[in-house]
Formats: sequence, C-alpha cells, structure tokens
Amino acid sequence: MNTADQYLKAVFLVQQIEDGPASTGALADRLGVSPASANEMIGKLADRGLLDHEKYKGATLTDDGETRARDALATYCVLERFLANVLDVEDYREEAGQLEAVIDETVADRLDMIIEREPDCPNCFDAERDACAHLVEELGEAEAEAGD
Amino acid sequence: MSVAPRVDSDGQLARLLQIGIVLEEVVEARAYQHYQRLPAEERDERIEALLAGAREESAEHRERLEALEADLDGDAEPAVDVADLVREHYSRTDPEDFDGVLYDQLNGEETAYKFYDDLIDAIEASDARFGIDRDALLATLRDIRAAEAEGVEAVAELMESPQTEADT
Repeated sequence: MNTADQYLKAVFLVQQIEDGPASTGALADRLGVSPASANEMIGKLADRGLLDHEKYKGATLTDDGETRARDALATYCVLERFLANVLDVEDYREEAGQLEAVIDETVADRLDMIIEREPDCPNCFDAERDACAHLVEELGEAEAEAGD
Repeated sequence: MSVAPRVDSDGQLARLLQIGIVLEEVVEARAYQHYQRLPAEERDERIEALLAGAREESAEHRERLEALEADLDGDAEPAVDVADLVREHYSRTDPEDFDGVLYDQLNGEETAYKFYDDLIDAIEASDARFGIDRDALLATLRDIRAAEAEGVEAVAELMESPQTEADT
C-alpha cells in the first residue's frame, strides 16, 4: 500500500475516533512519523483534492479521499485477517501495520481468495480496536477484554 | 508501524517470505483445481501443459522460499498448507472457461511478480542486517521474480494465440 493510501486510511480512522477532523498530531502518532512529515503529506493530499485541511483543526477527507481510504482499509483488513486466521499471528495488528507498506492491493486481493472476509467490509472495521469487529468477536478478544 | 516500504527485521522478512510461500501455494493449488475442473470441451493440451508447468514451478519457488525461511529462523514452523483453504473457496471464485482459467493464471503470475518486486525493493531500501546472507537472499528473489515474468509472458502468449483445432 503506498504512503498516500496509508495516510488516507489513517485520516479516515482518526476522524472516526475523534468524531471530527483528524489532527496532525494524532495522525503522526498513528503512523509513527514526525508531525512535520505528517503536515507535509497532508498538504500534498489536500492539493490533490483528497482531503480538506483547516489550520489548528485538522484534516477531513473529501468524497474522493474517503473512497480511496475505504479501499485502503479493505486491503488492510485482508492483511489483518490473513495474519490472524491463516498464519495464526497473535499480534496481527502490529504486524499488519509493519507489513502494509510492502503489500500491494493486488497481492491482498489474491490473499483474499482464502479468507472469510465479511460482506460489509470495511464498514465493520472498529477504529478504536484497530481491527475488524467480526474478527475481534471470532477470536474471542471482546470477551477477554470484558473479563480483564 | 512504518509508512516506508522497508523490511527492518528478521521477523518482518520471515513473515513476508511466509506470505510468498502462501501465494505460491495458491497458484499451485488453483492450477490443480483448474486442471481438474476445466470442462472437456474446453480442454487443450497447451493449457494442460501450462497448468502442469505452473504447478511445478510454484512448488519449486515455494521450496526455495521455505529454505530461506528455515535458514533465517531455525525454529520456524512449517509453512501452513493452504490447499484445503483454496479448495474450500474455489467454488466461490472459480473461472468458468478456458479464458477465465488463463486469466486467473495470468493474475496469479502477475501478482507474484508484483510481490517479489516490492519485496526486493523493500529489502534494498533497508540497512538492516538479516540472519541470512543478503546477496544470496536477493539473488534468489530476483531469480524467482524473473521466472514469474516469464510465466506472465507464457500465459499472455497462450491467451493471444488461436485455439487448436481440437477446440474449434
């Protein structure tokens, strides 16, 4: 997934978590980059009409930006589910985050042939939990959290 | 996480090799399913030879990736066998005819090529010291990538050529 798509996906998720524009700081934290780098990329994406940026408030995806963000999120969901269900990776969130930059959408489409992704993907992605809500349920993580 | 397409550790490299192994297994298993299920009227010696060749080549690539993974991590568990998963999901995604089978094969080879190309770039972009020899790793991956490129050409040629008399 290219860098622009990773940013768009992050804006999409931070907007959900913050219930409003995605702040540069929150994006930088989520992506593991410096605020200066995040700011620079936000400017580029705004120039391309993929998001609107309001100083001191943050970034909001345009319709085109949201479409691309949803596609990127679906690719990410394939990767998380593949790691969790096929390779039995316990820390699938962290590994998916590390690998997403190297995995192209065409590769994810191929991996998608052997996993059980839900038809409502990526709407079922839980931004707070950073995973598909169905996957969290299947893995019994929700119960584990409730029991803590 | 990292937004840069770069392999930074043995763990990431091992995981990417596992993904390559699975991609090869998917090509291998789907070629077998195609071969088994292609309707009699769509059968063609050339496509059967192509699918048999694709299976052999994917098996060889898989073994080379498994050897790299084993060298990287002596305790690595055997790669998962995805043949059952492919079989389970095949009916949902099976191509219906000669053209569909070739298109799926082309897609599999192109995807594998893209995967190795990105993986090679990501290794070259990294300064990390891996538990296996970097030159040997890159040589193997470049070799496999070249074979995938040849595979793409072979399928494309077959798609462009007229069908044999037996099919017409």
